Amino acid sequence: MKNNRRDFLKNMLLTSGALVVGFKTMAAENAQIIDLNSLGDELLSNAFLTIDSQNVITIFSPNPEIGQGIKTAFAVIVAEELDVDWEKVVVKQADLDTKRFERQLTGGSGAIKHSWERLRKAGAAGKYALVQAAAKKWNVSANSLKTEKGKVINEKGESLTYGELVNLAVGVTLPADIPLKSTKDFTLIGKTIKSVDNKAVLTGKAIFGMDYKVPGMLYAQVIRSKSFGQKLVDFDASEALKIDGIISVKSFGDKIAVIGKSNWPIMKARKLVKINWSAEKELESDEMHNRIFSDLMVNGKFETRRKDGDVEQAFKDAHKIIEAEYQCPFLSHSPMEPMNFFADVKSDSVKLVGPTQTPQSAQNQVSKLLNIPVENITVDLTKMGGGFGRRLNNDYALEAAEVSALAKAPIKLQWTREDDMNGGIYRPAVRYKFKASLDKAGNVTGFMLKGVGLNAGNSTRQDNFPVGAIDNVLVESVDYKSDITTGPWRAPITNFLAYAEQAFIDEIAFAVGKDPVKLRLELLKKAQEMPVGKITYEPARFEKVITTVAERAKWGNAKKGIHQGFSVYFSHNSYVAQIAEVELKKGKPSLKKVFAVTDCGIVINQSGARNQIYGAIVDGLGHAMYGNLNFENGAPKQTNFDQYRMIKFNEVPEIDAYFVDNGIDPTGLGEPALPPTGGALANAIFKATGKRLYKQPFAMEDEKVAEIL
Amino acid sequence: MPEYSLKINGKKLKVDVSEDTPLLWVLRDHLNLTGTKYGCGIAQCGACTIHVDGMPTRSCISPVTLGIGKEITTIEGLSENGDHPVQKAWDAIDVPQCGFCQSGQMMTASALLKENPNPNDEEISMAMSAHICRCGTYHRINDAVKLAAKIQKQ
Repeated sequence: MKNNRRDFLKNMLLTSGALVVGFKTMAAENAQIIDLNSLGDELLSNAFLTIDSQNVITIFSPNPEIGQGIKTAFAVIVAEELDVDWEKVVVKQADLDTKRFERQLTGGSGAIKHSWERLRKAGAAGKYALVQAAAKKWNVSANSLKTEKGKVINEKGESLTYGELVNLAVGVTLPADIPLKSTKDFTLIGKTIKSVDNKAVLTGKAIFGMDYKVPGMLYAQVIRSKSFGQKLVDFDASEALKIDGIISVKSFGDKIAVIGKSNWPIMKARKLVKINWSAEKELESDEMHNRIFSDLMVNGKFETRRKDGDVEQAFKDAHKIIEAEYQCPFLSHSPMEPMNFFADVKSDSVKLVGPTQTPQSAQNQVSKLLNIPVENITVDLTKMGGGFGRRLNNDYALEAAEVSALAKAPIKLQWTREDDMNGGIYRPAVRYKFKASLDKAGNVTGFMLKGVGLNAGNSTRQDNFPVGAIDNVLVESVDYKSDITTGPWRAPITNFLAYAEQAFIDEIAFAVGKDPVKLRLELLKKAQEMPVGKITYEPARFEKVITTVAERAKWGNAKKGIHQGFSVYFSHNSYVAQIAEVELKKGKPSLKKVFAVTDCGIVINQSGARNQIYGAIVDGLGHAMYGNLNFENGAPKQTNFDQYRMIKFNEVPEIDAYFVDNGIDPTGLGEPALPPTGGALANAIFKATGKRLYKQPFAMEDEKVAEIL
Repeated sequence: MPEYSLKINGKKLKVDVSEDTPLLWVLRDHLNLTGTKYGCGIAQCGACTIHVDGMPTRSCISPVTLGIGKEITTIEGLSENGDHPVQKAWDAIDVPQCGFCQSGQMMTASALLKENPNPNDEEISMAMSAHICRCGTYHRINDAVKLAAKIQKQ
């Protein structure tokens, strides 16, 4: 148990008939009981769990739920250790509380890994206190008691509900190390558990950001320049103001807010605002991006990300050199719920409500923007219609706050789909050049990766496989500062890098006449036995997902007419291997099935976990095939789903999802199944057609595969 | 602005809006029926699907005038207690991830099953392929439509 000091539990027992368990994360040195009456409701609503005398057990999930299933998974972990009847547990999304929770954000598939032990301890602490209370009441040893479905049971078979014990639990001191269940005693973790939000979602009652309203609230939409790199000169809103229901049109920075009583008049009015924009330099276009990429790939001042051995010598001595360049475009996140936020700015306080993956950052940024202390800014989380990384950036929450301050009214700021698709914060466009040197025996002696990105930061992941398995390695990157804004997109960087890398390794395998699966296993054996430099992955876990997927898909023994492509990737602490099966029908390739084997350690919830694997594969296929933003005069050409193609119901292949449940502490699943998907598809296409695909989206790169889904 | 009388989920409701206002915004901004979602505004994603006289209809491109004298049903009125066969099936299969598109998906599925209680794979695909689920829950939607057809017969 690492971080004992920071993890330290503080048990909190209310005298008013509720037991509350939370963590004090900032400074707790010793477990202590404090009188919480003085703290009141604020704490009650922000602890990990509460039990009241009516036996209502409420579990709070601090991390933002964007569809990754964290709200259910977190509650399952607490309920497991607490031993309560799952059907009776109430699960609530906690609002932002920086004093009570750490890492209250959704990103990097990191929540489960971070909170696994904390949540178990929260549940176990509650159970411990209740058992001690029952032992006192019955005057028996705590060891003679057991717990089941929200009750403490003694040797005579008598039982007390947790609710009945809550008042008696006052005064119980928690030990430094709360006893946790052995994983083999889990009764809830690992089962198929439905989302706790189903009822609300399926009756239309769930409140997403867009649905949140307060009396007296006004609506606003914001006009931004269509072209990145333009500045607002001036505007004329006289025609717009004539539309019934429009209250005002105000500029802030280079944006114009149209404020009104409801969305439709605003949508009409914003088209009537006459605006002059100016640009000081060349506006970006595909053609300009091509020029930049070509130039930087050759002349760029690359930053070295990793250097092992002597790669120059390896290439001098090479028997054979293989090289390939891979290209990907900018992508929009396009969650189904376009960006929106509620803000009510008063002279010295702000109420923010809406969908964000990073509530604390929203609080900090709004504090800076409006010069209002963070203590006076609240951020409440609604349900969110997807995120995919887009809601890590709070630009739209800041807009809401700014417009509310301008309008001196509570504001619901709504982006249209066009605003969402053209408003930036895209997956950056990137190109990679891979080079491998081979000796006579076909061993990989040297490996080079150059990444060129447009606002991609470090476009490589320098410590990822096959680095660590090759003696001579050089990984470097260069970035161009574009006017087009970018941000993390589900499995940042690796959402494309993994495809490029896995397609390139496939190319090496075929060039030296090796089976692609065997080549990876050989490399991993080397990484296991004689790792070169630092490695971040565990070769044995890598190997297990590879051999398991190969068995499940009968790799090498596929049915006649079925062409298999293999891919495997380690990201966000989880391992996923995939095999895609493409069938040729009258010469036309068709994707039939994708096998996926995942090692994310212990699977918390089979239903949620499988949903993430299926979803990530569908996402990976759709974006590899169709995802594309083209630029002209600084603006994306695609503005809505009629031009920006999304994968649909009739295009998904059969999926076989399997988990290697090895009892290791769990890691995240929101992202890891996406990165390997493009590679599995590309490698299966090569197997079927003999053609290597170097550019996404595949449908535009090769019309023969345009209808493969 | 003109006043319109609409029959929504069995109730008569009045709204003051301009005649070109899409039913989507009438429902969401004026009648507080926010279960119907805005996703694209151009009838591409299906998140705004409602029933107009039983027909699945994209409310984002249907002006308020289209609803006059018709029976409008939204997700809130699909059943009284959330127990429509489609809702039961969606829950049993645990379809939603983020859940945002699912009201629209269920409105299309329920209209399909009313018209065709035994849809085959192709018919399900035809109906459901007019929607976008960004989370990629299509496999479960398929399973849920089939389960709903079974529940409907019981």
